[in-house]
Amino acid sequence: MSATDMPTRTKAPLLSVRELKKHFPIRGGILGRQQAVVQAVDGVSFEVAAGETLGIVGESGCGKSTTAKLLIGLTQMDDGDIVLDGQRLGPDLSLKALRRDIQMVFQDSYASLNPRMTIADSVAFGARVQGLDDPQGRAHRLMARVGLDPDRFGGRYPHELSGGQRQRVNIARALAMSPKVVVLDEAVSALDKSVEAQVLNLLADLREEFGLTYIFISHDLNVVRYISDRILVMYLGEVVEVAPVDNIWETPAHPYTRSLFSAMPSMDPDNRTTKPPLSGDPPNPIDPPSGCRFHTRCPMASEVCKRKHPVLGRMAQGSPHWVACHLHDPASGHPKAVEEAPA
Amino acid sequence: MLSYFLRRLILVLPVAFGVSVVCFMLVQIAPGDPLTAIMPVDATAEQQAAMRAAYGLDKPVPVQYLIWIANLLQGDMGRSIATGRPVAGEVFGAVGNSLLLAFSAAIIAFPIGTFLGFLAGYFRDTIMDRAVTAISIAGVSVPNYWLGIVLVIIFSVNLGWLPSMGAGPGGSQDWHWDWTHIRHLILPAVTLAVVPIGIVARTVRALAGDILSMDFVQALYAKGMSRGDVLRHVARNAAATALSVMGLQLGYLLGGSILIETVFNWPGSGFLLSNAIFQRDLPLLQGTILILAMFFVAMNLIVDVAQAAIDPRIKRS
Amino acid sequence: MAQVEAELHPQAEAAPKPQGYWSGVIRRLAGDKVAMACLIVIALLILSAVFAPWLGLADPYRGSMIARLKPIGTEGHILGTDEQGRDMLARLIYGGRLTLFIGLMPVVFAFFIGSALGIAAGYVGGMTNTIIMRVVDVFFAFPSVLLAIAISGALGAGITNSLVSLTIVFIPPVTRVAEAVTSGVRSLDYIDAARASGAGALTVIRVHVIGNVLSPIFVYATSLTSVCMILAAGLSFLGIGVRPPEPEWGLMLNTLRAAIYVDPWLAALPGVMIFATSLCLNLLSDGLRSAMNVRD
Repeated sequence: MSATDMPTRTKAPLLSVRELKKHFPIRGGILGRQQAVVQAVDGVSFEVAAGETLGIVGESGCGKSTTAKLLIGLTQMDDGDIVLDGQRLGPDLSLKALRRDIQMVFQDSYASLNPRMTIADSVAFGARVQGLDDPQGRAHRLMARVGLDPDRFGGRYPHELSGGQRQRVNIARALAMSPKVVVLDEAVSALDKSVEAQVLNLLADLREEFGLTYIFISHDLNVVRYISDRILVMYLGEVVEVAPVDNIWETPAHPYTRSLFSAMPSMDPDNRTTKPPLSGDPPNPIDPPSGCRFHTRCPMASEVCKRKHPVLGRMAQGSPHWVACHLHDPASGHPKAVEEAPA
Repeated sequence: MLSYFLRRLILVLPVAFGVSVVCFMLVQIAPGDPLTAIMPVDATAEQQAAMRAAYGLDKPVPVQYLIWIANLLQGDMGRSIATGRPVAGEVFGAVGNSLLLAFSAAIIAFPIGTFLGFLAGYFRDTIMDRAVTAISIAGVSVPNYWLGIVLVIIFSVNLGWLPSMGAGPGGSQDWHWDWTHIRHLILPAVTLAVVPIGIVARTVRALAGDILSMDFVQALYAKGMSRGDVLRHVARNAAATALSVMGLQLGYLLGGSILIETVFNWPGSGFLLSNAIFQRDLPLLQGTILILAMFFVAMNLIVDVAQAAIDPRIKRS
Repeated sequence: MAQVEAELHPQAEAAPKPQGYWSGVIRRLAGDKVAMACLIVIALLILSAVFAPWLGLADPYRGSMIARLKPIGTEGHILGTDEQGRDMLARLIYGGRLTLFIGLMPVVFAFFIGSALGIAAGYVGGMTNTIIMRVVDVFFAFPSVLLAIAISGALGAGITNSLVSLTIVFIPPVTRVAEAVTSGVRSLDYIDAARASGAGALTVIRVHVIGNVLSPIFVYATSLTSVCMILAAGLSFLGIGVRPPEPEWGLMLNTLRAAIYVDPWLAALPGVMIFATSLCLNLLSDGLRSAMNVRD
């Protein structure tokens, strides 16, 4: 895959991530030598257009959250490039500047707020650090915008708020920096279903109002489908499929995506699959399987899948649907490749 | 088990190295020239220089350390400035007496502390618990050198029951296992036992209380197990932690006996140490501290390994 | 927005008035009778030591050969006189000055130095952590009494030397606690969130770390004061702390030892002061620990 031919649907992406890599060393033994490497994120590339929402899904441990932390430099990447608005992190763009333009909302609403700081101070902190004008005013306006009366809530401490209220505070805090991109890492996963819906609606409204771009990470496929324009599927630190939400929903191409979707409970009795959902745990990322990393659990696996690593490519010429599977590559040598691949 | 022991042993080496550096530094931070005590007052500059060279003091400090450690590994800890005798012999004799005192104190302290702590933990929030808590707080708050004086006042001065000085009749320094000598051991050992009684009681109380309130104890009762059997289970669970606290306390007893030995003129390492300090006998000070600290390091290692042997969960972490 | 309001309202009515953490701690501590009694005793000791010259006491340095070792309750010397005929009451009260100073200041110094080291080690991690904590491990290999006596013994007697040696003794335990608490806080999302807003390490530590780690470190440090008191007086008792003729409880205990056959209870008096102070410090620290809900 060449750098100019990236999985995106627009010509000028706002954020483009190339070959992101993060390996965590495991130390042990008598002298604490490096014993093994966890390939948490291994060559992840994607692009996001301005105003778009990219959903990232995958089982726990697939590298979704590490990808999120790499995006704002909370975890230092081993290799790869992050280009925001045409500026490359490092040569053109400082980490501090990147962190103003990309903000993050975490899953645990309580742990992500300083328990000794009032809500208003927490929201204003980032703006103060970045030297933006009137941090306190910004904080008050944003609190009001996310539905928290600044006069009533501003002086309170996190433990005096409900989970939904705290997550609103976290959203306000992220927006206080006037970011271009907001990374939402399981941001609604810990909330009650009714509160989750309200926060999702709020996020959708804010996206329109502030022209935000979201990277929405979740294990909940229904939520991701609701909010996303495109969905990216990760498996063991790699991207296995990227496509617009309708494409991937109607014709999931990768066997992993299919089993992921079939594991979802359906409301439609006619649409219930009888196929067994994905069984077993994902293999250990310390020692990922050879060839295609999914071959150990794939119902379609053949000899070639054990040997050859599939490359992320378009389903068809000009298609916005990308997949990394030998089934969809007529030249791969997979016995079922030709019949499976769409014309 | 053996590999765990080896792993811990290798982790101990840098600590032992650090301890040796600290002990070496003790002489370096001491004010004044280490040779003034043995140098004749009217020594000429040449004589002084010759003396410095003889003791290796003309070399850079890291080289001095290497020479010192090399001698140390061959069992040569230098000579006492005050007596001229080899430090090693003096220290080991004294450490033997200190160990005797420390073990005696431990034999008094650990059963009493465990018993009190267990009572308090088992009868939590009763008058018993409060009494034991009061005793243990008093135990850890008392300056034991003062307690030693008070015990001397009561049992030696007022009652005349027990001797207050030395390890044997007439301030004798030689130990024998007979009643006349054991009488000398009683007061210092009891004095030294007070702090660990408080600490052990506090630890065991917390352990017993925590474990008794844990789910598995309820499950044991629910299974119809008798009170005595449940107690046995609880005791085994607490043993690993209690053991580690006691092992460390034994180390502290050895190091902490210095003040008590001074009070009772007990011919142990602490007594030696205070003499070394008083006479500014730095090699002796250095050697005594080093041996005591190394004992403590070894004690830590033994505690760790023993703990892992009792509680297999520890080995994995 | 109606739904939002529905979510906010019940919470809003039930939510308590915003109140600081410390007002709760003070309220709980004030309700603890034992801790308050100890606080009063310690406050009285400190006040009497500070204002000793204005209390109309006898001169603590002036002795009298004819008035040596007068028993407790003697006319004009309510607590008797010492082996040089100096007034015991005056010496005990003046003695509080040095004893409390040398007994408490090392913990204060160690609190600041150890917190700084521990927070740095816990926040930065990596090599910095390894270096700081391995050095701390070495000092942990010495029982505290031994280390204090070793350093004081090498440096020689004197107030400054005692302060230095005791500070060195208490830095490692404070550092270890500070490092543990900081590592715990460091892994929380609000630190990541603060870093993600572009704040530098020092800003994050100042604004988000210190406030959340200092109180457990502080509570731990208060638990060291009693040991430090006993050790400080112990150094003077051994003759490697305060030099005579300064009044200091440990030194007084030492010089009065010869008098145990003449008037044993008089000789034990300075130790009563050390014991009472250290007991109060321990009980107050326990009270503070439960008032601040710190679990060990």
